[in-house]
Amino acid sequence: MSLILDKVSYKYSTGTAYEVTALDQVSLKIEDGQFIGIIGHTGSGKSTLIQHLNGLLKATEGSIYYNGQDIYDKDYDLKDLRTQVGMVFQYPEHQLFETTVFEDVKFGPKNQGLDDKEATLRAYEALRSVGFPEDYYDQSPFELSGGQKRRAAIAGVLAMKPAVLILDEPTAGLDPKGRDEILGLISDMHKKTGNTVILVSHSMEDVANYVDRIIVMNDAKVYMDGTPKEVFGRAKDLEEIGLAVPEVTYLMMELKNRGWNVDVSATTVEEGKNEILKLKGMNA
Amino acid sequence: MFREITIGQYYPAESRLHRLDPRVKLFGTLIYLISIFIANDIWGFLFLTVMLGVVIGLSKVPFSYMVKGLKGIVTLLIIAGVFNLFMTPGQTLAQLGPLTISDVGLKNAVLMTARMIFLIIGTSIMTLTTTPNQLTDGLEISLAPLTLINVPVHEIALMMSIALRFIPILVEETDKIMKAQMARGADFESGGIVKKAKAMVPLLVPLFVSAFRRASDLALAMEARCYHGGEGRTKMKPLRYEEYDKRAYVWIVLYLLVLIVIRVVF
Amino acid sequence: MNIIEAKQLVHEFFRRDEEGNIEGIQVALNKVDLKVEAGQFISILGHNGSGKSTLAKHINALLTPSDGTLYVDGKDTADSNNELAIRQSAGMVFQNPDNQIIASIVEEDVGFGPENMGVPTDEIWERVERSLKSVGMWKYHAHSPNKLSGGQKQRVAIAGVMAMEPKCIILDEPTAMLDPDGRKEVIKVAHELNRKKGMTVILITHYMEEVVGSDYVYVMDKGKVVMEGEPRDIFSRVDELKSHRMDVPQITLLAHELKKSGLDIPDGILTREELINVLNLG
Repeated sequence: MSLILDKVSYKYSTGTAYEVTALDQVSLKIEDGQFIGIIGHTGSGKSTLIQHLNGLLKATEGSIYYNGQDIYDKDYDLKDLRTQVGMVFQYPEHQLFETTVFEDVKFGPKNQGLDDKEATLRAYEALRSVGFPEDYYDQSPFELSGGQKRRAAIAGVLAMKPAVLILDEPTAGLDPKGRDEILGLISDMHKKTGNTVILVSHSMEDVANYVDRIIVMNDAKVYMDGTPKEVFGRAKDLEEIGLAVPEVTYLMMELKNRGWNVDVSATTVEEGKNEILKLKGMNA
Repeated sequence: MFREITIGQYYPAESRLHRLDPRVKLFGTLIYLISIFIANDIWGFLFLTVMLGVVIGLSKVPFSYMVKGLKGIVTLLIIAGVFNLFMTPGQTLAQLGPLTISDVGLKNAVLMTARMIFLIIGTSIMTLTTTPNQLTDGLEISLAPLTLINVPVHEIALMMSIALRFIPILVEETDKIMKAQMARGADFESGGIVKKAKAMVPLLVPLFVSAFRRASDLALAMEARCYHGGEGRTKMKPLRYEEYDKRAYVWIVLYLLVLIVIRVVF
Repeated sequence: MNIIEAKQLVHEFFRRDEEGNIEGIQVALNKVDLKVEAGQFISILGHNGSGKSTLAKHINALLTPSDGTLYVDGKDTADSNNELAIRQSAGMVFQNPDNQIIASIVEEDVGFGPENMGVPTDEIWERVERSLKSVGMWKYHAHSPNKLSGGQKQRVAIAGVMAMEPKCIILDEPTAMLDPDGRKEVIKVAHELNRKKGMTVILITHYMEEVVGSDYVYVMDKGKVVMEGEPRDIFSRVDELKSHRMDVPQITLLAHELKKSGLDIPDGILTREELINVLNLG
């Protein structure tokens, strides 16, 4: 059970002077239950990549297999794939349209062909799992605060119970607390359900705290692929393409340069603290 | 699929056509539109084609870019062409089962399709070489007499230019919302007319909400930059006729005359 | 003289039911006192809904006080006759780069403000060139804004305000919708305008790391100014910041945590260098 990309390329405006290669021979294997961060600049191909995973974009070359089946097969049901590989777009609140939050969350399950009772159940579950306050279930989604809208929109995708959840910059435009809340929520859900989560982000710090695998995209290609420690261990290579490692990692590198024995793969405040306390001969 | 639309878009370049006063271009386009309907035979269209070729050359807009604008209406052209081809009575040229092609039908189909193509390419040359602001400035002055009968010409002109600026943004937004709803299992393609119309709701509601939000943001931003109607405004690019604008008027009139001569003589 | 001075500024929004009767009152600004001297770089921090954007709209006379007073460049914002003069002295850049660019060509957009102010044509061109150069966007003057990156669009928007030659520029969450590169670009330009042109800058943001170079910082929550001081002073109050839904940079947080673990570290550490120095590793 997995998602496999085999030499996937995506080009648009082919045959004109404006031809753009948005994905260039990308091969990846995404195992069940992984929590993956995809990082890269605007235009690195990360958004294009994730839109392939649920068949919204069709590769110009290469194949994609979901659970062993070629999704480009003639009789493959792409609509069904989209409910199994759920996608939360950037600023997902822009897709809200129903008269109440509750009805909006039911939209996905209803499209899956579930009956009203089952869809209602799903909506309850989804809204509860994103911590959406019950008092607002019957409110118009357009009257909510930014953070609440975001939650409602994410619930709209969760209600389809996707096996793979993709989130494109889910914290864009949120304040720090809102950002931590949303990321915490996604992480908790991942722990509880064990589903695959793919998180697209600009921010190294965001990703470092949660994921167990990082894919760095650059120039339409996979530039790095590994655990956060492996990826951040190559700070020079990341800087080469204009990305930075977490500040704590920089601090560790600097200490190491000055001859101190610290672990340069520390990325979070917690890990940094432990390293420094060790140096000072104190128990963390 | 929406990204291909080039109608109404400006193509930045430095060319004689870009430099031309928008009033001249408006006048030229008007004359051109008339001329498409004056030309009715091979000689007329030959002349039109040559002149259009010259103007396209002068515009420095790649021809392939203009043709992209045609893609969206190819189906329309074909349907219109086919109707003309088969539905016009006249002397039978060919028989395909129950369908007949007549000489008049063939002529009409060719003429009609050619006119449509010329119409679209010609008008797109104007928008491709004229910034929306210039275009609206040109319209504002050309329509100025209407203010006497209380038509808010300045406001209409400004609205037009803002609309043109937001077309590509809204097109992109439509694309994005469509994908987001498809990711939630929405189906925009299958089903009958009623089902299809209903399927549009999840697309149209967010699109309208977004358009209204953008409109109110924009109104605020305009106010913040001291916009208070047309009164007391100065122009960054005031319209002033140059020598070559006047020459252009002469060329346009000459062009029309030649075409009339062709029609009368041949 | 202070270029901006708010005294006990209050703003109330009325919530109305369907018949237009007042259902409730929401206090967006609650007795705000604020002073900005000419030439300063001020930051206003706060989470979404803290009232910081409402305050920005007041400084631009897009909103007027429900109570209290606000003077911008010596002019009372409550007096509607001052509206245009205030908008000329305090220009405003908004959050969404797409929704504030009016024209389809960069230079025409920058010229929009001066046109509205009735500046003569030749001078508009001078101003447009000068302001686009000051944000490093002159080479794009003939481009369409649609093809620019988010950071570039915001720089064009800043140029559009600069062309009005204001005394003060308010940036209302100019980086909220940008990627990290765009964010750096915009903040750098804001500091350059402040340093090189002596422009008074008011930066409204929820990104902590963007306020580091400011002269003075206000933190808002629930419509009130809850903290104020120099960045170092503000950053040293980590727990207080967190209680107002704010974040601190990783290094500052690390220093704070180390202190809590018993190390002798002063408050308000901002950079790696500072932290290494105070660690006294010998």
